[in-house]
Amino acid sequence: MGFIWFWIVAVMLAAYVVLDGFDLGVGILHSLLARSEPERQIMLRSIGPVWDGNEVWLLAGGGTLYFAFPALYASAFSGFYLALMIVLWLLILRGASIELRMHIDDGLWRSFFDGLFFFSSLLLAVFFGAALANVIRGVPLREDGYFFLPLWTDWRVGPQPGILDWYTVIGGVVALVALAIHGALYLAVKTEGDLQARVRTFVRRSWIVLLAITVISLIATIAVRADTLTNYYAYPVAFVIPVAVLGSLGGILYFCRREADRNAFASSCAYLSTMLVGAAVSLYPRLLPSSNDLGHDITVQNSISGPYALRVGLAWWAFGMVLAIVYFVVTYRMFRGKVNLDGGGYGH
Amino acid sequence: MMFRRGQSLLMDALLLHRLHFAFTVTYHYLFPQLTMGLALLIVVLKTVALVRHNERYNEAARFWAKIFALNFLIGVVTGIPMEFQFGTNWAQFSRTTGGVIGQPLAMEGVFSFFLESAFLGLFLFGEKRLSPWAHWASAFLVFVGSWISGFFIIVTNAWMQHPVAYSVLPNGSFEVTSFWWLLMNPWALLQYAHNMSGAVITGAFVMCSVGAFYILENRFAEHGRIFVRVGVIAGVIACVTQIFPTGDLHGRYLAQHQPASIAAMEGLFSSQAGAPIVLMGQPDEATQSIDNPIVVNNLLSFLIYGTTRAEVKGLDQFPRDQWPSPLPLLFYSYHIMAGLGTYFALLMLLEALLLWRGKLFETRWALWLLLLSFPLPYIANTAGWMTAEIGRQPWLVYGLIRTSDGYSKNVSAGNTLFTLLGFMGMYTVLSILFIILVYRTVSEGPSTGNRPLGTKTTPLTMA
Repeated sequence: MGFIWFWIVAVMLAAYVVLDGFDLGVGILHSLLARSEPERQIMLRSIGPVWDGNEVWLLAGGGTLYFAFPALYASAFSGFYLALMIVLWLLILRGASIELRMHIDDGLWRSFFDGLFFFSSLLLAVFFGAALANVIRGVPLREDGYFFLPLWTDWRVGPQPGILDWYTVIGGVVALVALAIHGALYLAVKTEGDLQARVRTFVRRSWIVLLAITVISLIATIAVRADTLTNYYAYPVAFVIPVAVLGSLGGILYFCRREADRNAFASSCAYLSTMLVGAAVSLYPRLLPSSNDLGHDITVQNSISGPYALRVGLAWWAFGMVLAIVYFVVTYRMFRGKVNLDGGGYGH
Repeated sequence: MMFRRGQSLLMDALLLHRLHFAFTVTYHYLFPQLTMGLALLIVVLKTVALVRHNERYNEAARFWAKIFALNFLIGVVTGIPMEFQFGTNWAQFSRTTGGVIGQPLAMEGVFSFFLESAFLGLFLFGEKRLSPWAHWASAFLVFVGSWISGFFIIVTNAWMQHPVAYSVLPNGSFEVTSFWWLLMNPWALLQYAHNMSGAVITGAFVMCSVGAFYILENRFAEHGRIFVRVGVIAGVIACVTQIFPTGDLHGRYLAQHQPASIAAMEGLFSSQAGAPIVLMGQPDEATQSIDNPIVVNNLLSFLIYGTTRAEVKGLDQFPRDQWPSPLPLLFYSYHIMAGLGTYFALLMLLEALLLWRGKLFETRWALWLLLLSFPLPYIANTAGWMTAEIGRQPWLVYGLIRTSDGYSKNVSAGNTLFTLLGFMGMYTVLSILFIILVYRTVSEGPSTGNRPLGTKTTPLTMA
């Protein structure tokens, strides 16, 4: 049961990263790549009808985490207190800036929300990357299962790390670059003409940065946590995952060069998913490892809910997911195709 | 919370965690109470438009969809922190009870939020592409989604008020023993009926207020009359339901299961047969009496037990450490809720009478009352929740976990105050933006003609 719920939560959070990831990417890029108000509107409209539904994966995934592993939820959310609160503020600002921008046709009003949208999307990407890196690095768990991390200490990966140290900042940069490229590839699918050409150029130029930072982050992870590869050595078949990461990275560049935008976007989805799956494989069965010598890891076994709740949960979860997937198919089909400004709204 | 020696009031971690949740949830619930009420009223407008082929009702539905979308947005962005705060600020509580209430919270995300977000997108942007029936269905599903969401939250709260279907594990945490009884907790059903009827009251009063404004100003008067008609009819039903049966039943159940709360709400310090109702007064905990009381004798005994001679337990039956605190705030919250609820029912019955007689649209003072009354349901709903939540004190889960044992001991008072101030600043900015945009929407008014949602004049991007 623990194994199943570990992967349920992992898949829901991965779905969040892949889906809301391109919303964040569009947020990072729209101030950089759009050259005119109509272009900015096209970029916003590409995510307008879907961003809120994408964000629901975070809420549903968080709720499921709470339900399946309450002890982890309690420990991690209170221990990363400040970072989580900042993430909440950024989510508020991001959502508000997408929606409120369009309400008043005024240059200053729109510029204000453009700035806010850029700032909040960029920092969210960095914080999410750093969050994952924190989980991989581990935290100074006490005997009672709690910890508390300040935002930063001396930026070193020591026994008393901060939420931000050199390693987690690398995680943040990986997320920033990866989500910017992910957003660009989504835009390549949803736009035409000059704007489309510009986002493709962005991907081709920044790809090498993503390759470099990905490799750096993999090496840094092995350096920071010697036990990263334990599960991989135990089940060598898992080495398929890092190969798939590199393969999908290659796919991004290959398909983008050939202007096969859908395939390039799919490669980017695969890249994000395999990175996350790779991290999950290396963690299991730990959920939040200890960074000190006390060894009070939070694991699937010591944080999981009771068996009755989990059995019932499996039934409604499966039913709910079928419904959710139907809604997503309906929505994305409804708003499929290239975005244009004719007819206003989301009329394509 | 009382002052503790050597500790200033604002640096008490428990108090700050309580304020943190109280502030963010109170602000958050200003928005869902309207969207849940309005979702139902929009379905009513769409239904009339469809059945009677009346385009004015479609225009009315489009206007309210714009107000709905703005409120929905603020509701969504201020709602995310609520789920997170269970873990961030109330970690010990989450750790021990996650096996029970994690269930409804997760179900809210899976069953409600996906539904709402998908169909709100179709409702707001799909009118051109959908058939009238499909568009009606999308409005209906948004209504269903928002009411399901309310249900799961009430189930969560009801378990804290009246824990059922649980067992205690050796490590002190709780496990659900019957999924069905968790969802069908009698407390939850009563509280849900009372709460949703309260949301419809907010929706109805806001709709009436804008309608009365248009009629009095003689702009968009035709739409204004639709708003007032629908608002008054929905309002009178909801206002009566709010008192009887939902309020009445909920009160009796409360008296049975949280006797200390009802004593504190009513300001009944000593047990007595033929207990009175205090309509107004100022409780004094030190002297255990009510200053300047205005009372109706025997009424409390009658309301709870159906006979004027029944004995009602006063606070003297409970040790001091089981009194809800802060007691005066509980007393006032309850009296504000009940007083306003009575006013709502009287007002709406009067307005409905005038509407039935065909005089309402010419009776200016009655329209003025509707125009001015819209803030009151927000106050009453807030006061109602404060009654429920302060009444539950000093328990976090009634009779099982004390509030002082549930908060995150690893998060210091300084960190909590920092983020509380941050939320206050953030929500101040949101409020200003929200008021500007609602004001603009109301002054622009409903657009006439066949202009479906999602055309250039309704620049909404919400999905």
